[in-house]
Amino acid sequence: MARMKFICDAERCIECNGCVTACKAEHDVPWGVNRRRVVTLNDGLPGERSISVACMHCSDAPCMAVCPVDCFYRTDEGVVLHDKDTCIGCGYCSYACPFGAPQFPTNGTFGLRGKMDKCTFCAGGPEANGSVAENAKYGRNRLSEGKLPACAEMCSTKALLGGDGDVVADIFRSRVLNRGKGSEVWGWGTAYGKPTQGKQPGQPAEGKKS
Amino acid sequence: MTRVATAACGLIMILGIAACGERVQTTASGPEKKADAPGWQAGSSAYLAPGYSPGDRTSWEAQLRNRAQAQNDFAVPK
Repeated sequence: MARMKFICDAERCIECNGCVTACKAEHDVPWGVNRRRVVTLNDGLPGERSISVACMHCSDAPCMAVCPVDCFYRTDEGVVLHDKDTCIGCGYCSYACPFGAPQFPTNGTFGLRGKMDKCTFCAGGPEANGSVAENAKYGRNRLSEGKLPACAEMCSTKALLGGDGDVVADIFRSRVLNRGKGSEVWGWGTAYGKPTQGKQPGQPAEGKKS
Repeated sequence: MTRVATAACGLIMILGIAACGERVQTTASGPEKKADAPGWQAGSSAYLAPGYSPGDRTSWEAQLRNRAQAQNDFAVPK
């Protein structure tokens, strides 16, 4: 089994927030906590794009690196999970995460910060799979039921894809090909620029220091 | 007699200081992490996906693969 991954197709996301609602309903997520949210760029302008964002289950997770009590762990499927019994709610992971995935419930009169809550890829926590304790702390464990995350399976336009990284990448690649694009939208050259890009006419291929 | 009293006094002082010490807080000395069961070891849930045999890793992986492919609307139906 390869690593579980999410990918959101910005060409398809219509900002319906169905994924957000599915997540909140499936796991009974408390008020004020959003494990998943939809971010829109250039809202109301031509070229507006929306993407659904949650924990990306990083291969080298910064939350895991900064946690002072080492409450994070990774499953065999590459899902980053945490133990709420060990978490002290310090918030370091929130500062470390580039996606704003860690969320903190506020409780009581003084709005005390609770223990961290985040997307579990619908894989629960360290408690027994499908147990009442696991459900109460982390929500439903759909993965152990042989299902994929509710947000991805509920997506009406299939913009949000979730599952085995290889399968998800293949699906996205086939979409790109169907849109009339090809290898030019894939690979290092697209992400970081081709060797010929950004050079002035007449500039030598290899820059030399004088 | 004086030596014994001095030694006893020193021992009491050392033990007293040890009580004021700081415990080791490195992760290696901390409590062991709880072991999480693999995803394919399903609990007794009434919501298991149809066609999935709980506890069978191969069946679980095939189930997830099929569900992932269900997201592919360009897949050729078999």
